[in-house]
Amino acid sequence: MNLSRRAVLSTSAALASSVMLPQNSFAQEQPRRGGVMTVHFATEQRILNPSLQASTGVYIVGGKIQEPLVDLDAAGNPAPCLAESWESSPDGKTITFKLRQGVTWHDGKPFTSADVQFTAMEMWKKILNYGTALQLFLEAVDTPDPHTAVFRYARPMPMNLILRAMPDLGYVSAKHVYEGSEIRQNPANTAPMGTGPFKFVQYERGQFIIAERNPNYWRNNLPYLDRIVWRVVGDRSAAAAQMEAGQILFSPYSALAIADFQRLGRDPRFDVTTKGNEGNARTNTLEFNFRNPILADIRVRRAIAHALDVPFFIENFLGDFAKKGTGPIPSVSTDYYPGPDTPQYPFDRRRANALLDEAGHRRGAGGVRFTLRLNPAPWGEDIALWSTFIQQSLQEVGIRVEIVRLDAAGFLRTVYNDWNFDLATGWHQYRNDPAVSTTVWYRSGQPKGAPWTNQWGWTDAQTDQLIDAAQTELDPAKRKALYGDFVRRVNDQIPLWMPIEQIFVSVFNKRLRNYANNPRWASSSWHDLWLAS
Amino acid sequence: MRVFALAGRRLAASLPTLLIILVGVFLLLQLAPGDTVDALMAQMGGGGDAQVAADLRAFYGLDLSVPAQLGNYLWRLVRLDLGFSSIYGKPVATVILERLPATLLLMASALSFAFFFGLLLGVLAARRVNGWPDTLISTLGLVFYATPSFWFGLMAIVLFAVHLEWLPAGGFEEIGAGYTGLRRTLDIATHLVLPTLTLGLIFLAIYLRIMRASMLEVLSLDFVRTARAKGLDETRVVVRHVLRNAMLPMVTLVGLQAGTMLGGSVVVESVFSLPGLGRLAYESVVQRDLNTLLGIVFVSALLVITVNFIVDLLYARLDPRIGAGG
Repeated sequence: MNLSRRAVLSTSAALASSVMLPQNSFAQEQPRRGGVMTVHFATEQRILNPSLQASTGVYIVGGKIQEPLVDLDAAGNPAPCLAESWESSPDGKTITFKLRQGVTWHDGKPFTSADVQFTAMEMWKKILNYGTALQLFLEAVDTPDPHTAVFRYARPMPMNLILRAMPDLGYVSAKHVYEGSEIRQNPANTAPMGTGPFKFVQYERGQFIIAERNPNYWRNNLPYLDRIVWRVVGDRSAAAAQMEAGQILFSPYSALAIADFQRLGRDPRFDVTTKGNEGNARTNTLEFNFRNPILADIRVRRAIAHALDVPFFIENFLGDFAKKGTGPIPSVSTDYYPGPDTPQYPFDRRRANALLDEAGHRRGAGGVRFTLRLNPAPWGEDIALWSTFIQQSLQEVGIRVEIVRLDAAGFLRTVYNDWNFDLATGWHQYRNDPAVSTTVWYRSGQPKGAPWTNQWGWTDAQTDQLIDAAQTELDPAKRKALYGDFVRRVNDQIPLWMPIEQIFVSVFNKRLRNYANNPRWASSSWHDLWLAS
Repeated sequence: MRVFALAGRRLAASLPTLLIILVGVFLLLQLAPGDTVDALMAQMGGGGDAQVAADLRAFYGLDLSVPAQLGNYLWRLVRLDLGFSSIYGKPVATVILERLPATLLLMASALSFAFFFGLLLGVLAARRVNGWPDTLISTLGLVFYATPSFWFGLMAIVLFAVHLEWLPAGGFEEIGAGYTGLRRTLDIATHLVLPTLTLGLIFLAIYLRIMRASMLEVLSLDFVRTARAKGLDETRVVVRHVLRNAMLPMVTLVGLQAGTMLGGSVVVESVFSLPGLGRLAYESVVQRDLNTLLGIVFVSALLVITVNFIVDLLYARLDPRIGAGG
C-alpha cells in the first residue's frame, strides 16, 4: 500500500500511545461460539458453485460451502485443504494429490477421488472460466484408490502454477449430485452442496442467502459461527447505511463508494482496509485498438502514456487504496514481480507532445490533433473517474476524447467482439500467476469475442515465445526470469498499459475476530471467524 | 353481467396494444449491444472461454435470427408460456410471482397513503385558500415534489435507521427470524414504513395540488351556492356536494399513476433493498434477460389495463352521468 505521510504519522502516533493495549487483549480473548455473520452481497450471481464460475461474487458465498484442493495460509503459501499433500513427476506431466480422509459431503456421503476426477474433467476443463485454459492439456484424472487423484497432462504443468491456481480454480463438487444431469441446469448450482464449514440453507432472490454451521466439519469443533446471512443490497449508499446500522458486518470487494470508505475509515467501529485481499490484486488498464492506424504507431501509444499524471490521479481520486502500477504483474505478486526497473512512461507532457509531432499529427483547428473514442467499463467508480481523467489529460496534448459509456454486456460486446473502439479502460484482475489471468491479454491467437484477452489486433512473436516458454517451465527461478522478460517486452511495445495497481477494499465491523487472516480472506472458508459479543 | 361483458370487450381492445408493446420492447432490446451471455461473461470477470460462450448462446436460443426469436416468443406466449429466465434459471412466471407480492404491497400502501393524505391536505388547503394553512401545505407539497426520491429514502434511512434506530435500514422482513402470523405482518409493516413514505410523498404532493385546484373549481359552481342557500352547514356542503365532484380528476390520476408506480419503484426498491418488480426489470435489462423483461412488461401491462378498468367503473359510481357502457 502506498502510505501517505499523513497515514504513517498517525499510525506511529497511535503506536506511541497506549492504543496497543486492546490489541493485546484480543490475542488473549477466548473465541466465542455462535452468532450470525451478516455480509453485504452487492451483485446477485446466476450460480453460486465455484467449480463452475471463478469470480469474487461466487467465492463470497460458495467459498464457505465448498472447498478447494489447496488453500492459502496466512503468509500466502499453498496450504493443504481437501488435498493433504501433492507431488509432481520429474517431467511435470503427472501431478498426484493425496486427498484428506474422513471428509463427508453435507448430505453425509463420503468425499473421494471420484469427486475430484468428475469435477476436474466435467467442470474445470469444460466450463469453469480460467479453468478451461489452465486445464487445456489435462488428459485424464486417474483414481488408483479413493484418496488419490492423479492428474495426467499432455504438456508439463509447473507445480507452482497449479498450486497458485488451485485456491481459486480447485473447488470440488460432489459427483453424485451432478453426474448424469445437465450441469448448467442442475439445482445445486444455486443451492450448493459441499464439504465446507457451512451448509447451504436458503436463497431468496433479491433478498438474502443463508448458510448454517456444518456440525460434521472435518476441522474438529469448527466453525465458531452459527450462521452466515448474505444480504442483497445493490445500492452503495444504502449498503453503507446498513453497515452503520449494524445490519451488515462486512462489505467485501470495494462495494461501497470511495467517499464512504473515507468516512467509515474515521469511525472507530469499522476497519476499512485492503488487508486480506492481497490475493485479489487488479490493475487499471488502458487498451489500444491497433486497427486504428493512429494507435498502431508506437509513438502515439507512448505519448498517451506519458500524458497521464498517474501519481496525481491516485493521490486526488483513489487515496491510500491504490498505487502507481508498473505493468501487467502487480507488486503484490512476490513470486513473479520483476521490480519497477522495466520500461516506464513517467508523466512528461513535453515528451508526449514531441512524440505526437514526430508521428506526424500536427495540431489542427482548436489545437486538436485527432479524436479518439474511449470505452470505460461500467464496473467500479475508479474506472469512471479514470476515464474522465484520461479525457482531460489527453486534451492537454491535443487529443480529443469522446467517452462512450455502455453497460456490462454492451461494453464486452463492443470492445472484445465488435472491436468498435479506439481506447478502452477497465480492470485486469490478477490471479496470482500470470499464466492464469495475465498472459491472455498479450498472447496472439485469442478467439474473437473472448473478453479480457488480446483483441487489440496486435501480434508479437517475441512476446508469444516468452509466454509459451514460461507456461511450461518447471524451474520456478527460470519461470520468474521469463516473466521478467515478458514484462520488459510488453512494457516496451505497450499494446496496452497498466499504470495503476489496486487491491480490493474491505469494510469490517470491529466485532469480527480472525478476519483478514489470509490473502484471499473474503473468498476463503471463514472456519475460524468469530464474533465478539 | 354487464360488467363482465365490458371487461371482456376492454381486454379484447387491449390485445393489439399489448402486442405492440411486447414487440416494441423486444426490438428495442435488440438495439442494445450485447446479450445475456455477454452479461454472464462480465459477471465471471475474466477467463471466459469462447467455446463455452458459443454453447451457451445455442442453449439460450440466441444463435437464431431475430425474427425467429421473436416468433418463438410470441408462439410461446399464445400458449401462456412466459419462457425460462436465463439469470434465475427458473420459469419466468415463477420469478415474477415471487416478486409480485412485495411490489403490490408497496404500491398499494404508497398509493393509499398518497391518496388519503393528498385528499385531506388538498381539502384543507382549499378551505383556507390563501391563508397560512394553504401556504404551508402548498410549500410542503412543492418541497416533496422537487426532492428526488432516492435522496429522501437515503436521508430517511440515515435518520430513522442509523441515528434513531427506530426502523430497519432495508429489506422486506427480518431474515431468518421465522416469524408467522401477526408477528410477521407487523415485521413486514415496520420494514415498509420508510419505503412507503418515500414513494408516497411525491405522489402526495401531486394529489394535494390537484385536489386543491379541483375543490376550488367545484366550490365556485352554482350548485354549491344552491346547497349553501338551502341552509346546509359548511361541512355537509364540502363532504356531500363538493368532494364527490372534485374527486373525478383524482381518480383519473390514480389510474394513470398506478402504472407509473411500478416503474417508479426501481429507485425505492434499490435504496431499501426490497425484492420488487422494479429491481427485477432493471436487473433483466442489465443482464439482457429478454424473457424476464418481456414477462414483466406483460404483467405490468395487464396490471395497468385492470386498474384503468376499475377506474372506469369508479367514474360511473362517482358521477352517474358517465355511463359505464358508453
